[in-house]
Amino acid sequence: MADNILTVKDLRVRFRTAGLVKALVNRIEDPFIDAVMKVSFSLGRGETFGLVGESGSGKTTLGRAIIGLVRAQEGSINYDGSELIGLGDKQYRSIRRNIAMMFQDPVASLSPRKTVRASITEPFRIHKMGVANLGEEARRLLDLVGLHQGFMGAYPHQLSGGQARRVGVARALALEPKVIIADEPTAGLDVSVQGEILNLMNRLQRELGLSYLIITHNLPVVRHVSDKLAIMYLGRFVEQGTTKEIFERPAHPYTLGLLAAVPEPDPDKRRDKLELQGEIPSLMRRPSGCEFHTRCPFVQKKCLEVAPKYEEVAPGHWASCHFPFPDPADAKAVGPGAMPGMGNVPYAPGAAGEERLAAGAAMGDSMKKDIFRGSR
Amino acid sequence: MSQNDLVLDVRDLSVSFRTGRGKVRALRHVDITVPKNKIVGIVGESGCGKSTLINSVLRLLAPNAIIEPGSQVDFLGDDVIKMSNSQLTDLRGQRISMVFQDPMTALNPVISVGTQMTDILYRLKIPMAEKRKRAADMLAQVGIPDAQRRLEDFPHQFSGGMRQRICIAMALMMNPALLIADEPTTALDVTLEAQIIHLMKELREKFECSMLFVSHNLGLIAELCDEVIVMYAGEVVEQGEVHDLFHRAAHPYTRMLLECDPARIAEARQELPTITGSVPDMIDLPPGCIFAPRCPRRYEPCDASPPEPYAVSDQHSARCFLVRDGR
Ligand SMILES: Nc1ncnc2c1ncn2[C@@H]1O[C@H](COP(=O)(O)OP(=O)(O)O)[C@@H](O)[C@H]1O
Ligand SMILES: Nc1ncnc2c1ncn2[C@@H]1O[C@H](COP(=O)(O)OP(=O)(O)O)[C@@H](O)[C@H]1O
Ligand code: SF4
Ligand code: SF4
Ligand SMILES: [Mg+2]
Ligand SMILES: [Mg+2]
Repeated sequence: MADNILTVKDLRVRFRTAGLVKALVNRIEDPFIDAVMKVSFSLGRGETFGLVGESGSGKTTLGRAIIGLVRAQEGSINYDGSELIGLGDKQYRSIRRNIAMMFQDPVASLSPRKTVRASITEPFRIHKMGVANLGEEARRLLDLVGLHQGFMGAYPHQLSGGQARRVGVARALALEPKVIIADEPTAGLDVSVQGEILNLMNRLQRELGLSYLIITHNLPVVRHVSDKLAIMYLGRFVEQGTTKEIFERPAHPYTLGLLAAVPEPDPDKRRDKLELQGEIPSLMRRPSGCEFHTRCPFVQKKCLEVAPKYEEVAPGHWASCHFPFPDPADAKAVGPGAMPGMGNVPYAPGAAGEERLAAGAAMGDSMKKDIFRGSR
Repeated sequence: MSQNDLVLDVRDLSVSFRTGRGKVRALRHVDITVPKNKIVGIVGESGCGKSTLINSVLRLLAPNAIIEPGSQVDFLGDDVIKMSNSQLTDLRGQRISMVFQDPMTALNPVISVGTQMTDILYRLKIPMAEKRKRAADMLAQVGIPDAQRRLEDFPHQFSGGMRQRICIAMALMMNPALLIADEPTTALDVTLEAQIIHLMKELREKFECSMLFVSHNLGLIAELCDEVIVMYAGEVVEQGEVHDLFHRAAHPYTRMLLECDPARIAEARQELPTITGSVPDMIDLPPGCIFAPRCPRRYEPCDASPPEPYAVSDQHSARCFLVRDGR
C-alpha cells in the first residue's frame, strides 16, 4: 500500500519567452515554452525520488513549482491530502512550510553579507514565525548538520564547499519540513566530501523521517541514494521506475545514453564509441513525433511521425518509446532472435519486440554492445 | 626516458603564497613530466595545488606567490622560470595553450568567433581569406556544424558545449606543443562531457600534441589519460601509468579516493565511503607524512619525517613508507 506524502499529477509549467512585439518580429508563433510538460509522480513517505536529466530539461522548474516559487498552469500538487494548486497565499504558506528547498550552489544562494546564524534562521523571518530564542534554534540546526557552533558568525566565503552545503541543509531544516527538494546537492563537491553530505542527508532522513526529491545529473550518486527515479527530457518524463529497475533494465534509449555517458573509473573499460550525439533541442522547437528522435541512435521512421505513449513496460516501470528495450527478466527462453549485442541476455521477442529487432538489425552490433557495456 | 622525449619536465617545484597568516606552502617538491604525445592526468581534491601548478608552468602566478629556489620548470629545453617577458608571451600564446572550465574565460563576448580565431594567427603573414579558411576548418574539426557561416557569430550564440568546442579549436590553432586543460568539462552535462572527451581523444591522434589534463573526476582520467599524477595538499603523492594507478594504487590516499567514487561501488548502498578528517593547513605543516592525520595505515615512521617518492615499479612511485618498507 503506497503511502505517498506528495503526489504530482499532469503538472505543466509554461514560461513566456518573448514579448509580443519580439515574438512578431522573430515570427515566433507561440511565445510560450513548456518547461514542465504534464509530469506525474508520487513521493512515498520516507522515500527518496531522484530526478535526472540534462540541464534545461526542467528539473529545477519542477522543484520550484512544487514549493510555489513558479506558478503551474495545469495539473495538481497534492501534499499529504491537501491540494496546493489554487490555494490562497495564506493557506499555501502554512502547508508550504512542510516542503523546503535546498538550492543549487549554496555559496551563491547564501547571502554573502549574512552570517551563518542569520542565514539558517532566515526561514523563521520569511514565514513570520515568532521564535522565542533564535540563537537556540541556530544552535540546534548547526548541531543537526554536524557543524561546530563556532561557525555561527562565519560568512559564506569563509566556508569550504562541504561546510556551505551543510549550512544549506540546516537552513532547509529550519521549519521542520517533511519534504526536502534538493537541487544538485553535491554538484561541484569533491568525491570524499560528496559522500559526507549524502551520508548526512541519509542520516537526517532516518532520524527525522524526511522524504526527498533529489534533482541531479549525477547518475552514480542517484543510484546509491534514491529509491525511485525519473528521467526528464524537454520537460517530460521519458522513463520512471525504481532505481534498481532503471539501472538494471533501462527501457528508453535516452536513459541508456545517459548511463553510457558516465565514464567508469577503470582504464580497461574505455569507450571507443559515443552513444549520445548532439544536444538538447530548444523548447521553442520541439521535434515532431518522439521528441528524442533527433538524438536517438535507434530512431525509426515511425518515431519521426508518431509520438510514443508513456506506457508501463513492466510493473511500476514507465517509458515513452515505440521500441523500448526488452525486459530480460520477463523472458523465459533465449529467443531465436536474441539481440546479438546484448551478450547472453535471454530475450523472447513479443509484438513490440519484433519491431525492436528490426530496428536492432538496422544498427551496428558494435553500437549496441557499447551501449550495453556502458550501462552495465 | 631520454630528456628529448619530454615536452614538460618539472623538477622540485615549490611554490608558496605570502599571506597575513603566514606562508602558505601550496606546492612542495613537485616532480612532473609530460612525454611527447602523451596525455598526463592530474587528479586531486580542491585546494591540492592543481591550479598553482599550471600557473607555475605558464608563469601566471598571483603577485603574492614565491617560487622557491631550486625549482625548475623545463619546457622543451627552456627553463620557464628564467624566461624573459617576451619569451613568456611567446610561450603562452604559441607554444602552450589552455582550455579552462568556463569557456567564457577565454572568449571575448563582444568579438565574433571568427575574428577571435584569426587574431590568434596574427603573426602569420598569410592573406586573411586563408586565415579564415583555417579557422573554419578548425571549427569543423571540433564538430561545429556549418562552420564557415558560424565564424560571424558571437560566443553567446553558441551553447555551452559548443563554446567549449570553440575554445578547444582556438587552443589548437597554433599547433601548440602542450595543451593544458583545467577541468574542461566540469561545467557540462555528462552527455556533453562524453562528447568533449571523445573529441579530445580524436584530436590527440590528429594533432600529435601532448596534454596535461586536470580533473577531479576519476572516470575521466581513466578514460583519457596515459599517465596519472595524484596530488594531495601540495604534494605529488603517487604517479604512474594509468593502469598501475587504477589497478595497483599504492598510496593510501589514492586508494581511498578510488573507494569514494560512487561510480566504482558495484552494489548500491546508502552509506558512502568518505575520507575522515580534512586537508591540513598548509601554513603549519606536520613534521611527518602530509597524509598521516587521515591515514588508516599510519605507523611509527610516518610522524617522524616526510616520506620521499619510493618506486613501486618501473614508472610508478608513491610517497609512502609502506612502499619503502614493502608493507
Ligand atoms: N523564469 C523563467 N522564464 C523563462 N524560461 C525559464 C525560466 N526558468 C527556466 N526557464 C527555462 O525552462 C527550461 C528548464 O529550465 P530548468 O528548470 O532550469 O532546467 P534544469 O533544472 O533541468 O536545468 C529552460 O529552457 C530554461 O531556460
Ligand atoms: N594567491 C593566493 N594566496 C594565498 N593562497 C593561495 C593563493 N592561491 C592559491 N592559494 C592556496 O593554495 C592552495 C592550492 O590552491 P589551488 O592551486 O588553487 O588548488 P586547486 O587548483 O587544486 O584547487 C590552496 O590552499 C589555496 O587556498
Ligand atoms: S520512440 Fe524512436 S526515437 Fe524515440 S526513443 Fe524510442 S526509438 Fe528512439
Ligand atoms: S607514509 Fe604513513 S601516514 Fe603517510 S600515507 Fe604512508 S602509511 Fe600513511
Ligand atoms: Mg537546474
Ligand atoms: Mg583549481
